[in-house]
Order: sequence, then structure tokens, then C-alpha cells
Amino acid sequence: MASIDSGGDGGGHKKGPGVKKAKKLSTRVDMTPMVDLGFLLITFFVFTATMSSPTTLDLNMPKDVDDPLKKTEVKESAVLTILLSKDNHVYYYEGPLEVTEGKNNFKSSTYKEIRQVIINKKNEVKKNFDESKADPKACEDERNAAKKRGDPNWEKACQDIDFMVIIKPSDKATYKNTVDILDEMTINQVKRYAMVKVLKEEMELITATEGN
Amino acid sequence: MPSVKIPRKSTDTDMTPFVDIAFLILSFFIMATKFKPPEPVEITTPGSVLSQKLPENNAVLITIDSSNKVYFSVLSEKDKSKYDEIINDINTSQNLGLTPAEISNFKQTYMLGVPFGGVKQLLSTPANDQAKLKQPGIPVLDTTNNQLIWWIGAAKRAFAGQKGFKYLIKGDGLSKYPAFEAVVSALKKNEEFKYNLVTSLDDVPGGSEFEKTQTFKPESK
Repeated sequence: MASIDSGGDGGGHKKGPGVKKAKKLSTRVDMTPMVDLGFLLITFFVFTATMSSPTTLDLNMPKDVDDPLKKTEVKESAVLTILLSKDNHVYYYEGPLEVTEGKNNFKSSTYKEIRQVIINKKNEVKKNFDESKADPKACEDERNAAKKRGDPNWEKACQDIDFMVIIKPSDKATYKNTVDILDEMTINQVKRYAMVKVLKEEMELITATEGN
Repeated sequence: MPSVKIPRKSTDTDMTPFVDIAFLILSFFIMATKFKPPEPVEITTPGSVLSQKLPENNAVLITIDSSNKVYFSVLSEKDKSKYDEIINDINTSQNLGLTPAEISNFKQTYMLGVPFGGVKQLLSTPANDQAKLKQPGIPVLDTTNNQLIWWIGAAKRAFAGQKGFKYLIKGDGLSKYPAFEAVVSALKKNEEFKYNLVTSLDDVPGGSEFEKTQTFKPESK
């Protein structure tokens, strides 16, 4: 084992007959307990070391404006509204809410499936994009920003300019739900999204679906 | 017949280099380990794909625990005078009648989660014993009595003109949305619209648009 060898044996002086021989003590120290303790400490520090430091998610909220003229204009058909309810239930509808006989665009989803819903809607908006109707300045800004990022498809960056996601967390949704859906915005690169309060009629639809 | 003599080899291996390395690793971990400050409440943050680092200075941290209680803390290790400014601001505006000792105790208070009425009692308790106190949380849900507005206002004045000053919101995954909304509305009342939500790192889903943006190379010209 680990030991210090100082050549303890061999090479003593010849002693006379009357001289008592001193007991030879080994200078080898048993280092095993020390090494044991060393490894114990390593294990402890490896486990306590906090390797995953917390990260942050930026959130910009709009200013509350009462003046309707200053409100953000939204193309209704390009809007996806996502409602967050209790027990990780998600509901969504595209465009304006239409719940009449024979027509119902209020759908139920989950946190896993909502990504596909967002992607589908985004692609649909991109397909229906009409350059002549878009705001040229906003479009130009969008393209320049994409160029700066190094996006190879910067010419198409403007296509989803109309796409908007409205997030409506209900009172029963958890904070995790809110962060998850905000994260979904980052994952799918949704440029415009807003957090709004749930309307009364929507709340009624949720309670009707959940049955309480 | 002369037999072949096999030289007896010692089974003792020299472990010295091994032990050397072991202790080297040990010293590394001892130095690299940073112990978490004692937190009165356990917060499990939800995950997000963003890997932006969390600022440790010049920030106000608003914590929402799993039972929707709201706590307020100031992160200003470099400039301790900010703590005094904030607590003095609150002391004057709310007539709390704090003693100088209680005011200076605010520096050691890691998290404050009491209504104005309970601030004096909390700050008269030594910092080490505060963790044992049950803090009821800052009242936020009542829109007419959202006391967080005052705390944020005080912090905003104390940190006025500081570059890189941030509002961090650290919520427990299980806390309900109204508490978060109340915190945001308190920030909005103070004309603050940019916040950072504290999250833990999640993997970026493969094939997503976000993943593609991560691989962009700056245009070479």
C-alpha cells in the first residue's frame, strides 16, 4: 500500500557485546486510513457540488394601455389563442372564437401536443403570407434582424410577422404551466406573443369541458 | 535438474501517484464547491431551454413558493448601502418605527415575506433564527393592498441609475398563476416591464426552430 519507504532495515552499525540492541521500528506508515478518508471527502464534495446553476428566461410585458389606438394591431386569422387550465389541461383555438352549432374551434390539447399545434399554425400563416399586404418597414426590420443573427433563411424571416400567440393562463394554472408555454414560444421562435386574462366566455367553455 | 527460478514479485503496488491525484481532485472540489445560501423555503423552479446566466448582484429577487407566498429579497453583495436605503424608504413611507439595529439587520435577512405589520418583528429576530419563523408572505393578491408595489418602488429608487439592474422572479413550479400575475402587476405599477424568470436548464428539443438558431454562424464577409 501507499507508504513511505525510508530504508529502515539494513545497514546498522556493529555493536559491542555489552550494548543492548535497540528495537528496530519500521518507519513505514500505514496510509490506508488517510486514503480512505480522502476518498470519502471526494465523494462528499462531488455530490454537494452544484453543477447546474440556475438560468433565466427573459420576459417583457407590455404597458397597460387604455387608449385603443395605441393597442397592438393583430390580424385575427393569424392568431392562436392558448388557454391554460388546471391539472395541466391546455385548450386552444385559431382565429376568433367560434362556438356555434355545427362549428366549434375550441379544442383541447396537452403540453406535449401544443408544440405541433404552434408549428402547424405558424406554417399556415407563412403559407398565406402576402408581401403586398404586409407593413414594409416592419418586414425590413425583421429581415435585418435575421441577417444579423446569421440566419441563412433571412429572406423568409418576414413571413410569420402576422403570427401571434395569445397566452391566457387561468387562475388555476400553475406557474410551471406559464413558464412551459413561454418556453414553447422560445422553442418555436414565436416572435409575437402576449399574456392576457381569460375572458368570461372562455372560462365558461373550460368549465363546461371539464365538467365542474 | 536446475529448475527455473521464478523471481518473486511483490504484490505491493506503489499507490503514491494514485493518492496524489486523488488529493488533487479533492482540493479542486473543495475550492470549486459553492454552498447554497440557506433558503427558508424550498423552491423547485420549472425548466426552460434558455441558458442565460443568472445575475448575482444588482438585482431584486421575488420568490413565490409552492403555497403562493411571496417573498422579497435584495441581491447586492457589493454595495451593502442599498439594503439600508430600501429599508429606510419603507420605514418612512409605512411608519414602521424600526430601530437602527433592526434596520441594519435587514442586510442579513435573506428573504422577507411578511406584511408591513410584521416587518418589525422579523427584523428584531437575529438573522440565524429567521429561518424558523413562519413567514406569511407579502400580501399581493388583494389589488387594493398589493404591498409588493411599495417594496419594488423602494428598490427602484435605491437602484436608480444602476446599470444592469434586474428583477428576478423565482417561482415554484406548483405555485398558481394569480400569484405570479400579482407580482407582475406590482412591477407594472412601478413602470417596470422587463423581468427575468429564474429557471433550471432543460434540453433543447431536437429539430425545433430554436435549435436551428443555435447553430447559426455569423455571416462571413
